[in-house]
Parts: sequence; C-alpha cells; structure tokens
Amino acid sequence: MADAGALSPETVMRQMKQNGVTDVVWLPDSETNWLFLLMQADPDLRLVGVTREGHACSISAGLFAGGRKPMMLIQNTGMMESGDSIRGWLMGLKVPIVLMVGYRGYTRHGVNTDTAATYTERFLMAFGIPFFLVENDADSDRISVAFKEAEKIQGPVVVLVGDEYHGFNR
Amino acid sequence: MMHTADLLKVFAQHRGDAIVISGRGGRHWIGLSDTTLDVPLGDPAMGGHSGFGLGLALAQPDKRVVLFDSEGDILMSMGQLATIAEQAPANFYHFILDNEVYATTGGQPVPNAKRMDYATIARGAGYPRAFNFSELDAFSAELPGILKAPGPVFVALKVWPEVENTPIGQRVRWRKRSSDQVVRDLREALGAG
Repeated sequence: MADAGALSPETVMRQMKQNGVTDVVWLPDSETNWLFLLMQADPDLRLVGVTREGHACSISAGLFAGGRKPMMLIQNTGMMESGDSIRGWLMGLKVPIVLMVGYRGYTRHGVNTDTAATYTERFLMAFGIPFFLVENDADSDRISVAFKEAEKIQGPVVVLVGDEYHGFNR
Repeated sequence: MMHTADLLKVFAQHRGDAIVISGRGGRHWIGLSDTTLDVPLGDPAMGGHSGFGLGLALAQPDKRVVLFDSEGDILMSMGQLATIAEQAPANFYHFILDNEVYATTGGQPVPNAKRMDYATIARGAGYPRAFNFSELDAFSAELPGILKAPGPVFVALKVWPEVENTPIGQRVRWRKRSSDQVVRDLREALGAG
C-alpha cells in the first residue's frame, strides 16, 4: 500500500466510480501507472488511449455528445500542449468534464526547477479553468467537488495531482 | 476530382438513420439535411473531428456515425488513426475530403499534397478497410457496399478546393445553430440530454 501521506490509486478509482465515470481518455505519465493497472482490470470502465493529449479533448466531447461520462487523465505538459483543443472541444461545446492532471515538477513550497510546474497554474488561470489540488487521500473529496463544479459550469475542471513518485508509482 | 456538393448528394441517398458529422462538408450538407442527427460543428479546433467521431461512435454503438473529415485535419492529428483503429468501432465511417490545400486560409498547399496516400496510411494504422476515390461515378457505385459493411472504414475522396479569401469576419455564416446547441440537440435526440 502507499504510505498514509500519498494519494492511492484505489482512492482515485473510488472517486471515479462515485461520480459515474464511464470512460477514461488518457495518455500515460509518471504518476498514473498503478492507476492504469486498476482501471484496466475494471470491466465496466472503457480506456481510450491517445497519442497526444489534445486528442483526448475531442474524443471526450464525442463521448459526452453520445451520452457517456468521460474523464481525462493526462499530465500538465500535455495539458498545456492541448490549449486550443481544451478551448474548442471542451469549453466551446460546453462539455462538463474533469481532467485529472499529473502535476509534474510540483514541490508544494513553490520553489521548483521544472518549468512544467511553473506554468501549470498560470495556464489554468489564463484559461479561466477552475482547479483543485490533491496531494493525498485526505484531499480526495476534492475530486468529487471537481465533478460537481464541472456540472455546474458545464465545462472542464482540473484536478491537479501533486503526488509524483508516490502513491501512483509504487 | 469531385465536387464536395455532388458527392454529398450521392451520400444523402444512402444515409439512412446515420448520425452525420458534416465537418468540412458542412456548408453543403446543411442544405441537404439539418436534423438533430446532423452535427455541424464548424471547426472547434482543427484536427479534432476524427476524435469527436470516434467518441460518438463508441458512445452509440447501435447507430452508424459518419464523419466528413479533411486531409488537413488528418495531417494535424495522424495519431488519432491509431486510437480509432485500436478501438475499432464497427459503426464508424470515416470519410475525408482531400482538396490538397488549406482552403479556408486562401488555398496554400498542405505538406506533400500530391504524394500523400491517406487510405494507405489508414490501412497501415490498422483500419480494416480503406478506399480512395477521385471520380464520382466510381464513388457512387461503391458507396452502398461501403456503408453496408462494418467499420471502421476510411474513405479518402479527392475534391476540388473551394478557396476562401475574404477575411473570416466577413464570411457568410452558414450554420444555423451554435456548436454547443448542436451537441445539446443531439444528446436530447439520443435520449442523453
């Protein structure tokens, strides 16, 4: 098991189930391998792997248009690469969706050496996308808050996973 | 080479109850059909139509989903072909309108326009069936069979470019509904709204 101060993949799966996620559109990153193994073992969850994170936006929009409840699972680097797809396919089409985003470079104290972390929250603020930080299991209720917020605003909401190299990467 | 308006008229005869994402053929398709199962999205973000079509096809496996994509979109998101082939939705019919140029920006050629073989690329990505057509007669003859067999199928269509040079803000808007309204209408029609 992950240590008490980490965010466990089982906790994230529970949150996904509680919120009715049917499909996870995703691209691997250093935070999510253990979560991937759990998701893969779940016959009720469809995984759609993409080759570039922006593709996840249009696929998710199509899933939503057809009545499914997708979630995106990507890294902050890919999120920034996806700017125009987030704008056009998620915000433009008013798709209520949670993006779980691995927060590469996050150090909590704000002094980091990775510009991926430097620009992550600035990117979200520039786009006006609500976001919540989750670092460990005690924070996990914020994932449900994010789902509620996405429904409320009918748009994308981000959960930043600030737990690189811990619970998701045992 | 074909005219987009002509090939869409041919397709309309065989559409049945399919959901149609009119994509780059939208301005012509809207004159042929504009129901809640028609999905004219304009251009939310270039390169994404194939992903939207895939998502919709996966969500509605009992309905045929037809997309009119373009070669410029495919070039921008070629990796989508791998994802579509892996998911392999049997109800997905992926057409591309290949006019060899970026028509909406003035007609500049897409990279390697004359040498690209998109059907071969789709087949290489794992689409079980892929076709090329450049003549309307051949397309008309083969289309019923293409639509009767299961997907995913990829159909590359050579079309004459319809180049636009007027500034975007001055162009006549052909869409009657906003993109988000189109999605709301579709969800309602599918019982998902």
